[in-house]
Order: sequence, then structure tokens, then C-alpha cells
Amino acid sequence: MDVDGRMGMVDSILSENKDKWLESMIQVKNRVIGNNKQKDEIIHQGVIPRLLQWIIDEDIPVELRTESAIVLGSLAKGTTENINCLVDSGCVAVLLKGLSSNNIKFIEACLRCLRTIFLSENSPLEQIYQDHTVIPHLINILSKSFCTQECITTIFSNCCKTADHQNALSRNGAIAALAPLLCSSSYKVQMPTLKCFAVLCYENETVSKAAATATYNGESIPNLLLRLLSRDKPSEMQMAAAKCLTYLCRGGAIPTHCPTIQNKTLSTLIRMCKKDRTLEENVEGAETLAYLIEEDANLQTLASISDHIIKTLADYLRYTSVQQINTRSTNRKVVNWSNELKQAAFRAFASLGANDEEIRKKIIETENLMEHIVNGMNCSDLKVQMGAVRCLHSLSRSVQQLRTTFQDHTVWKPLMNLMNNGSKELLPVASSTLCNLLLEFSPGRERPASESPRLSVSQKNKACLEAGAINILAKLTSRSEGDLRLNGIWGLMNMAFQADLSVKIQIVDVIGTEQLFRLLSDPDPAVLIKTLGLIRNLLAGRTDIDHLMKIYGSQIMQAVVFILEGDHVVEIKEQTLCILTNVADGDEAKEFIMGNEDVLKKLMTYMLHTNVKLQIAATSCISNLVWNEQEGAYNRQAKLRDLGIQKLLQQLLSANDAVLFDKVKTALQQFT
Amino acid sequence: VNMNRLPGWDKQSYGYHGDDGHSFCSSGTGQPYGPTFTTGDVIGCCVNLIDNSCFYTKNGINLGLAFTDLPQKITGKEIIRPSTKNKSNLYPTVGLQTPGEVVEANFGQTPFVFDIEDYMKEWHMKTKLTIERFPVSDKKGEWQTALQQIVSTYLVHHGYCGTAEAFSRSTGQSIEEDMSSIKHRQRIQKLVLAGRMGEAIETTQQLYPGLLERNLNLLFMLKCRQFIEMVNGTDTEVRGPAIRSPKSRHGSGSNRSSPNMSPVHHTNSNSQKNTPIGSRGNSPNRPIGVKGHSSGSSSQTSQNLQVSQTNNQSVGDLKTISEEHMNHANIAMNGSGCHMIQDDDVEMMDGLVTETKTFTNGNSEGTYMNGNNHTCKSEEMDVDTPSGKRQLCGGSQAAIEKMLLFGRDLQSMSQRLKREYGKSESNNKSLQNAFSLLAYSDPWNSPVGYQLDPVQREPVCAALNSAILESQGLPKQPPLELVIAQSTECMKLMSKAKIGSCAFANLNDYLH
Repeated sequence: MDVDGRMGMVDSILSENKDKWLESMIQVKNRVIGNNKQKDEIIHQGVIPRLLQWIIDEDIPVELRTESAIVLGSLAKGTTENINCLVDSGCVAVLLKGLSSNNIKFIEACLRCLRTIFLSENSPLEQIYQDHTVIPHLINILSKSFCTQECITTIFSNCCKTADHQNALSRNGAIAALAPLLCSSSYKVQMPTLKCFAVLCYENETVSKAAATATYNGESIPNLLLRLLSRDKPSEMQMAAAKCLTYLCRGGAIPTHCPTIQNKTLSTLIRMCKKDRTLEENVEGAETLAYLIEEDANLQTLASISDHIIKTLADYLRYTSVQQINTRSTNRKVVNWSNELKQAAFRAFASLGANDEEIRKKIIETENLMEHIVNGMNCSDLKVQMGAVRCLHSLSRSVQQLRTTFQDHTVWKPLMNLMNNGSKELLPVASSTLCNLLLEFSPGRERPASESPRLSVSQKNKACLEAGAINILAKLTSRSEGDLRLNGIWGLMNMAFQADLSVKIQIVDVIGTEQLFRLLSDPDPAVLIKTLGLIRNLLAGRTDIDHLMKIYGSQIMQAVVFILEGDHVVEIKEQTLCILTNVADGDEAKEFIMGNEDVLKKLMTYMLHTNVKLQIAATSCISNLVWNEQEGAYNRQAKLRDLGIQKLLQQLLSANDAVLFDKVKTALQQFT
Repeated sequence: VNMNRLPGWDKQSYGYHGDDGHSFCSSGTGQPYGPTFTTGDVIGCCVNLIDNSCFYTKNGINLGLAFTDLPQKITGKEIIRPSTKNKSNLYPTVGLQTPGEVVEANFGQTPFVFDIEDYMKEWHMKTKLTIERFPVSDKKGEWQTALQQIVSTYLVHHGYCGTAEAFSRSTGQSIEEDMSSIKHRQRIQKLVLAGRMGEAIETTQQLYPGLLERNLNLLFMLKCRQFIEMVNGTDTEVRGPAIRSPKSRHGSGSNRSSPNMSPVHHTNSNSQKNTPIGSRGNSPNRPIGVKGHSSGSSSQTSQNLQVSQTNNQSVGDLKTISEEHMNHANIAMNGSGCHMIQDDDVEMMDGLVTETKTFTNGNSEGTYMNGNNHTCKSEEMDVDTPSGKRQLCGGSQAAIEKMLLFGRDLQSMSQRLKREYGKSESNNKSLQNAFSLLAYSDPWNSPVGYQLDPVQREPVCAALNSAILESQGLPKQPPLELVIAQSTECMKLMSKAKIGSCAFANLNDYLH
């Protein structure tokens, strides 16, 4: 009976018997409500195309079209497959067309279905941007009813994912249309509206500025948002409003020192991190806080003393209960709250400790923080890895921590593992961290004798680190991303600083001279400077200089000439001249300069350069060449005298710059 | 507490120290708490009396919880033994160690740097939620039934019989009193509120024989009111017999109509008598506590409110109200015709007119007279020709004589009561006040003129209603009013016991 009844109504829907349509539709509607099995069956019986056909046919009575849209909406509330079926049959385009109707009931039914579709993951959101009339129309009918407000704001908030989307919405007047809805009496409208503002402004300076200056009823949007931040508002609303203000601030539309941000937004976010809020708010609060204060030292200081935030975040790391159903009904998925909380805490710590050593110290005092970070880097969750590395990076800016805590925990191991095997997204921050770690692990740094036990540990680390790090960093230098190349060469430079000859040779061997010289023509001047810095660090220590010049001398001299002849900023030229100075410090290496009249002439040119820094650098190089305690000094002096360099130096005695004057005087004193 | 040591070090003292940023909880060793502070910093301290905790602020930033389990100001026991010295109150203290140090204290005389308002808002909200989400076990639907009974009894008490009937039908409640009794009370109440005291007394004696004879003080109160209404020119005795019975006037619609004035709620649960002046503020619809109105605007307020009330009431009620307005109109017309023209200029709207005699403003008068004259036409015709100014008893000589005669009767009744029951301060005062009206050439504008305000009929009406109900073996106060009164009392007790949350709950939030 039951089966027959259903067949009957589907049949009559698919038949041409107009009189039965509406009645059968209502039967179908009642049948599928809240029943996924029925939804599946109805879809499999091929009802969707029929419904779409009716919706698009303006000759069909509007009641029937409305019922059709309602049934589609009901089907959309089913499984993901159900939604995919709807999308695949072209449902979105048809419903969007339906919006141009004059019948509000029908429009609302279409909107409800669209909202449900766009709330799903992988929704076909591009479809609302393809037809240029869609967004203006949606904005046009936005204010018609509570239902249109709720649905359209929800659609916008889920369909705005790129800067293009943001700009398209903003261009069509979304901000002015949404502003009044912030004052809506309906929570169901206010919440998606807040979400809209957040996604509209996120990392978009233009839209943020437009939003911050827009007004409704004589009140600016930041002020309207401020009202929703009030502590008697629902917690989720405070959170959402704080997020909007955060994005406006980071979008450059509200200054960070403004009370709105410094007092209201900051304290709201900190409140959201407290235990009495939901886990969801804890995570969102900490993440948003991390984002808000990321680049502002003042906000970091204020946040660090607010309501025991560091202790509160430390508790996040200890949360162990793993799985819990998400409370939001719209996307019921299992969330690993332990991981979510950890990564949020790590990110907040990273921001808090970005600039201030005192704050870093307080963070480090967190019980077992280093273990948590190491575990985090070893965790399989990318977000946790990312958070842990960021946190480590922030803390690695502290020399003190590098010398103590970081030594006691082999933080570099998981870090290098991540760089070798982890996601690409981790590379920039991981390689920056590695650069910082290499500063301390560099050999040759003097230590007091009392620290010798630690030294042996550190040396063991060092060996392991260097083995892997050189490879990783060298690889980075050939990446297409500028920031990765920079971090790679930077790391190598740090590593080469006061390093053993064996390490230096290893560095050059691994990176290869070809790659090294390729970096000298890198489009990024920062990479170029660090490369020169690496060469300079390599050519330090007399025996090392001679040794390395013996192997790479001609290439290095070639490179130097290449840079000196090139069109570069002063800093680069200065760095290059410093390399020459180092070369001139060697014993045998001196010959590479003395035997190259071209280079000597260039040095003379730089001695007369308008920039005093370059004059100093060139003079230092000459001074090294004529240093009279070294073998063969007499011959070199003679040669340079012949070239007129001594005279040049005498001329420079009239220099105004004290440093240059000293250098010149020292050089002249060498002449016998 | 030793005042020579820094706050926090000694027992029963708590502190946050600027040199190390530590908090001290009755101990010489501190706990790491917040940042250090120094010259120019603004330090705030907030004691939460709801959860007995405390936090400090620095330059407007909440530094987080410092102490929990602070001593409660006074515990329940101490109300009985207030001599206990040890459980002291907390006092704000600042400790200084270096000579020449200066601090500035702010107890709210200038705005706080920390946004305390916002913090309090949260606690208001939390307290509200605690009340609203208070768990009630309602397995057998008893809670639901109790609530419905409260509504139903309230409706019955005040004689909203139509609504009461509909409500009990849809909720399956039974009404204790029978419908005719409710209607009787309703009729009497209407008379009282219309100022027709003579008829009201007569009807009461008819319908509830012996009631007033047993309650001579009540009868005296009614008669005092009657006297006042005579002065006012509203009582039947002085207005003539044209309107004998209210029933005849609104014919068919009457069986669904309800008293048009909202009842008075007595805040004091102990009050055995309805004291007119003591009751204020708890009436859902209007401010009752209009004492001695010196300006016309106060009486206008009540009237405007009345107009707004009509929106919620049935059509039958509307008629009643228009009748009420007619009465006001009559008062004005009886008294002074010339004022009406001024009233048409809507001067009342500006609040400029201070004369008591203009009870209605031109607008409402016009509306009701023109709009509803099918019910009131006859009455309109009865109205005395307006003379130059409002006069005693409507200006009729016969009426004045009646009034004086009535006054003498009242006087002798008072003496009789005194002989039989001893001296009654309140009766004496009522009589004195009522008679004082005659001492002024323009009683409406006199210091005792407030008595002539129709609002003053309400306590009388409520007292009579309660007495009738009591005589029928029914509660003289509806449970709803009892609940409100108990809650109010409870809040007062909480405040006396210094229980913090009572400051964050407001009964009026629930009375609209």
C-alpha cells in the first residue's frame, strides 16, 4: 500500500495530468521531510528534472513551482550525495533564475534551497559569480523579508572565498546593503551578516576600508559591530563581531591603537579563550587573537598581561579528550578538539612572543612546552605541525632560549624531518626557524668552561644537524619561491659563520659553485646580499682563505668582478668589497688580487667613490694587501705605489670621515 | 588587620603589589599574578559579590582572577548574631611604603578606565539566565498547571471574566468562583471606578448582604470616597438619576466587559489593609504612586496609559473605556467649558498646562465623544451646562446640600465607629482629608486636591473587591500578586543579607 501510494504520486508528477500535480507534490513533500531514505528514493525515481522543469516554466501555477522549490530544499537537507545530485542536475542555475519571480513565497523557497546547497562543502559557488546579474539581484532582494535576509547573507558568507569574490560583492554594494542587518532584531540574520563582513574584509584592504567608512543611520560599521561586542550579547555574537573588527584592523582600516581594537576587541577575544566558553569559541578566539596581534608589539604586550592568557592557553595543550561532535548543526563532523586546541594555542603563543623577550620567557615557563612543541611537530595533523613550527620560530628569536631550552630538547630533529617529509606549506616558517637555530649551533662560538657538558651534547647535535641541514638548505636555494631561496642561503650563511674548514668545504660542495654563482644573479637583491654574506663567511680565517681560494679562487674573483661591474645598490657593492678584503687577508690568496690589474683599478675607483662606506671598504682591502708583517709585503707595496695607490691614499688623508681617515692612516703606515 | 603592614600580608587582607606584580592572599608570600606597576598606572580592583572573587585591572586591562572564596560580607547566621566581629566587610585599602607617595582614589566619581559597565551587563545577563533556567522538575505537569492557575486566578480576581473563561477552556483549568459572582464583582468595580460610589455601595449591599455591615471600616472608606466623588460631581447622588445602572448603558456588550482600570498590586505582603499610598510601582500597566498631583500632567499620564491599554482589550472593554473617558470629559465640561477650547490647541501635549482641572486633553475627548456617542449619547445630554469654572458638586445647589448632609452622616458614622472600635488613625485621616476639600474655593487646585483624581478610586476598588472575595471564602489577593509580593520581599531580604546577585536581578524586568 505504502509503496503503491508513493509510486502513485511520483507517477502523477511525471504524468501530464495537470490536476493531480499539486496534490501529489504536497504528498511528496510530506513524505521526504526528515527522511533520508525517502529522499534517496524520490531522487532515484527521477523527480528532480521534472521539478526543475516546473520551476523554470513561468506558465506553471506559482503554487506548484513553490512546492517544487520546497521539495528541492528538503532534498538538499539530505546526504552529500543528495546535494551532489541536485547540483549535477543544474539545480543552482534554475533556482537562481527563479529568484527573478515576483512571488515572495516562491523566491523564499528557492533561496532556502540555495542556502542549504551553498552551506555544503564543495558547493558550486562560482555559479553565483558567472552570471553578472545574480549578485546585484540578490542584493536587491536582500531586505525583502527575514527569510531573504537570512538566506542571502548565509549564501554570501559561504560563497566569498577569494579576493575576486570579495571585490565582486563589494562592487555591487554588498556593504551598504548588509550594514542595516547588523541592527536586525533577528539573531538568525545578525549572525550570517557578521560572517559576511568577516569573509568580505579578510585580508582585503580595499574592502576593509570601504566597510570601515560605511555608515548606517549615522553610525559607522565599526560602531555597529562594537555594540554586538557587548558582554550581554550571546557569546557567539561577541566572537563573530570581534572577528570582523580583527579583520578590519588587519585590513588596515582601523588602527591598532584605536580603543575599539586595543580595549574592546582584544579583551573580547581573550574572554573567548576562557574555560567557560565552548571549545569552538576557545579555538576561534585563540586563532583570531593570534591573527590580531601578530604584527603589533603593543597589542602583544597588552594581550600578554590580560586575564592570564598565557596560562589559559597552556591549558589548551593539556586537553586530551579527543573526539567530540561539533556543536554547530550546519556541519556535523567529528572534530579532534585536542588537536584544534593545540594548534590554536601554538599560534597564539607564536604571536604573543613575536617581539618581546619578557613575554617569550613567560611562554617558555609553560609546563612541558618544549615537549608539546616537539610532539606537535611529530603530530600527523598539518595544522598542529604548522602551529608548533610557528611557535618554535617565534621562540627561536630569543638568543637566550637558543642557548638553553632549545639545546636541551632536540627540536631540530622533528623540524628537519618536517622539512624533508612534511607539507610544502610548512617550508617558509620551518626554514626561517632553522636559520635561527643555526645561529646557535654554529661552531666556534666561545663558551665558558662550566658549560662543557652541554657543549658535548650540542656538538653531537651539531654534527647531525649539519649533515642534514646543509642538504636541506642547499635544496631550498634552488626553489622557485623567493622567500625559500632567501631562507636557504641565509641558513647557509649563518652556518658558515666562524665554521670549521670542513663544514665550509661541505657547504660549497653541497651547494656547488654553479648554484652559488647562479644566486649572484638572483632577481631578489636580498638573496644576492646573503649569498655574498655566505662567501664572506666562508672566506674567513687566513688558512681557510688560502685553502678555499686555492680551489675556487678564479671563480670567486670572476664573481666579484661580475658584481662590481653590475648595476647594484651600495650595500651589495660594499659586501663585495668586503669579500675582496677577506681575500686580501690570506697569504697566497693575495695574489688573486695582486695579479689582477683590473681588480686593482676597480679598487682605486672605489677609493674615490662618493659613498664613504665603499671608500672605507676599498681602503681596508688595500690595507690588507700592503700589511707589512706578511711575506712579500715589500713587492706588493712597490706595485701599488707604481699604480699610484699610495698617492691616492695620501689624497684621502684630507677625508672628513673619521673611520675612513683611520683606515687610510693605517694603510699608509704599512708602506715602508 | 594590622594597618602598618601592606595589604595582603595579614589575615583577612588581600593585595596586589606593584613591585613584583604578585598577589597576596592573607600571606607574606605572594603568588605570581600580573605585571608590575608604577607611577602613572591606573590600578583597579573589582570585588564580585556574587561569586566572592576579585580581579585587578591595570590601565583598563583585566589582569584575571586574583582571589576566589573571599569572605562573604555577612553570612546567614550573622543576621541573628550581628555582634560577630571577625567576619568583617572588605574595605578598599591602598598600602604605601615610601614617604611622599601620592595616590588618587576613584570610587566612580569619574568614569573608570576599565569598562565595568560591560562587565556588569554580563552579570545581569548571567543572573537572568540563572533565574530563567532554574531547573524545575515537572514530571506530572504540576509546574505547568500551577502557572496556568496563577494566570487564571489573576483573571478571575480582577473580573476579566471573558478572558478567564476562554483561558480556562483552552487550558482545562477550573474556575473556583462561578461566573455570575465574577460578573457581580465586575459590576461593582466598574461603578467604583466610574466614581459612582452611591450606586456601588447600594449594589454591594444588594448582592452581598451583610458584607459591609460586617466591615464597617470598609464601608467608612467607601463612604469617604463617596463624599469625595460628590465634591467631584461624579457621584450619582449629585448627578441625578439619569444614569441609574451601568448595565443599562452598555447593554449587549456588557457581559464580556472587564474593569477598565488595571488593578493595584500590593508590594507589601504583610499589609492587611489596602493602603492607598503605600502601594506603588508594581502595577503592570501604570505607575500607581501618583501622590498629590500638583500638575495636570500627572493625571494626564494615567489617562494616556489608559488609552494604550485599550489595544489589549476586547471590543467590550473598549466601550467601557470610552465610558470612562466620557466621565473625564464630563468632569472637564462640568467644570469649565472655556478650557475646552484651549484643550483643542493640544497644549497638554507640551506639558505647559498646569491646571489640575483639565483632566483630558482635547484629542481624546473629541475622539471618544464623536466616535462612541452611540453608547453615550444619553449621558452626554445629561451633562450640566458648563458654567464658567469647575464648581462644587457640579454647581448644583441641591447637590451641595445633599453633600453637606452626607458629610454630617459620615461624621456621625466616624464617631460611632470610634465608640465601638476605638480610635482609628487612618479613618480619622481619611475623613479629615475628605472634609478638607470643602475648605478651598477651588478644591481641584488645592493641596488635598489629589483625592479628586480618578486614580484614587483604584485602591478603594481593590479593597472592596478583596473584601467581597474574602467574604466568599476566596483569597483576597490573587496568587500572582502574592508571588510578586513575595519575590519583592525576597529581594529586599537578599539585599539586607548582602547577597550580591539581588543587585543584578530586577523584578520589573518581568512586569511589563
